[in-house]
Amino acid sequence: MLKGRNLIEPMDLSVEELDEIFDLAEEIIKKPSEYSNICAGNLLATLFFEPSTRTRFSFEAAMLKLGGKVIGFSEPTSSSIAKGESIADTVRTVSCYADIIVMRHPKEGAPRIGAMVSEVPIINAGDGGHQHPTQTLTDLLTIRALKGGFSNLTIGLCGDLKFGRTVHSLMKALSRYENITFILISPKELVIPDYVRKEVLNKNGVKYEEVRKIEEVIHKLDILYMTRVQKERFFNEEDYVRLKDHYILDNEKMSLAREDMIVMHPLPRVNEIAVEVDNDPRAVYFKQAKYGMYVRMALIIKLLGLR
Amino acid sequence: MLVINSIEKGIVIDHITAGLGAKILNYLDIDTSEHMIAFIMNAPSKKYGRKDMIKINDVTDIDLSDLGLIDPKATVNIIEGHKVVKKIRLEIPERVVDVIRCKNPRCVTSIEPNAPHVFVLIDKEEREYKCEYCDDIVSMKGDWQNEIMRKEWLRNKSRK
Repeated sequence: MLKGRNLIEPMDLSVEELDEIFDLAEEIIKKPSEYSNICAGNLLATLFFEPSTRTRFSFEAAMLKLGGKVIGFSEPTSSSIAKGESIADTVRTVSCYADIIVMRHPKEGAPRIGAMVSEVPIINAGDGGHQHPTQTLTDLLTIRALKGGFSNLTIGLCGDLKFGRTVHSLMKALSRYENITFILISPKELVIPDYVRKEVLNKNGVKYEEVRKIEEVIHKLDILYMTRVQKERFFNEEDYVRLKDHYILDNEKMSLAREDMIVMHPLPRVNEIAVEVDNDPRAVYFKQAKYGMYVRMALIIKLLGLR
Repeated sequence: MLVINSIEKGIVIDHITAGLGAKILNYLDIDTSEHMIAFIMNAPSKKYGRKDMIKINDVTDIDLSDLGLIDPKATVNIIEGHKVVKKIRLEIPERVVDVIRCKNPRCVTSIEPNAPHVFVLIDKEEREYKCEYCDDIVSMKGDWQNEIMRKEWLRNKSRK
């Protein structure tokens, strides 16, 4: 039963619960009109202590398409945090008004504090470089819809694997399925953190290899998951400038890939995928954004206990 | 040879790994209390070569269960009427609240003043703990002195 639950990290949901959400998302895709009023009378609050237009729009669009209403703030300067209010107090207050809360915060673990005090379900929409479970749901629904399932896949993860939370969450979620192989493609400065190596890969006995160049391994991949090297995750400008142009996917590299490989990206893209790749049918990152909205619609319905 | 008399009633924390006694004192926050305390460093030990030892006079009801986090080898004896009435074998705790401070500057506990600092054991062998909020890993075998918090409740209790 998902009613009343929080979603703080991908592992909060069992494989069966994920399937329940994906089944509903696929049903919504098929018959959107049947769900256009299911959340009438419900209010979703978006507490964005760190700006993220894309994720916030995705949640707001999801709720509005389900017939619900939305309140919220999109940056901390316009919230009571600017007056020095704690996260716990902010969430506790908002949970008196809203039926469900979506929260993004630059500090790792902040939504867990929200979940401790909230009267209503909390959805983590990203906590610093840590977890981003609804991006994971988006990625999983995209994989399930386009690759037919999650087992026996070789997945290349490319770019910022150190701070890229979407990558950590996805690895954690996929490590529960059969015969998954990860190929980690990153500069040595941006390799996966120790806790992911230890807690996710080693603990679950997941096969992985680490390489430095896309072209060495692209022919082996079922999925190439690209990520942005984010400026805000660096402590100094020099490191950012030195690393940002590594790992750019273009048509030349795509020519080495299999016909049935798909290219995913959590977006926004900066320059890590050349625009010329957008017309390649294997580039599915904009489709992925659409799946993101549908999976959030399904999640909201489930956590509110409406289906 | 230094001689410290036996206590009539109290707690003796013995077989502390040499060098960790000060960390235990600091954690227990008893150096600021009004109890009479004997702290012995580098005493000879048949088992370990050298050891530290703490004797706390007059108190027997301190919860010492989290001491296993700092030094699982230490032993605790509760003394009444000059006799050992209870021996406590320390265990490595599975979960500790407000004992280790998370040092990750990106962790929410760095900005949320009232949030309890919660760590969960992930590797008993290596004595590694993970922050429940940010998943940051600390090893209790390494240089972790700054992460240990002071157990302020004891001070509050003894000053009532």
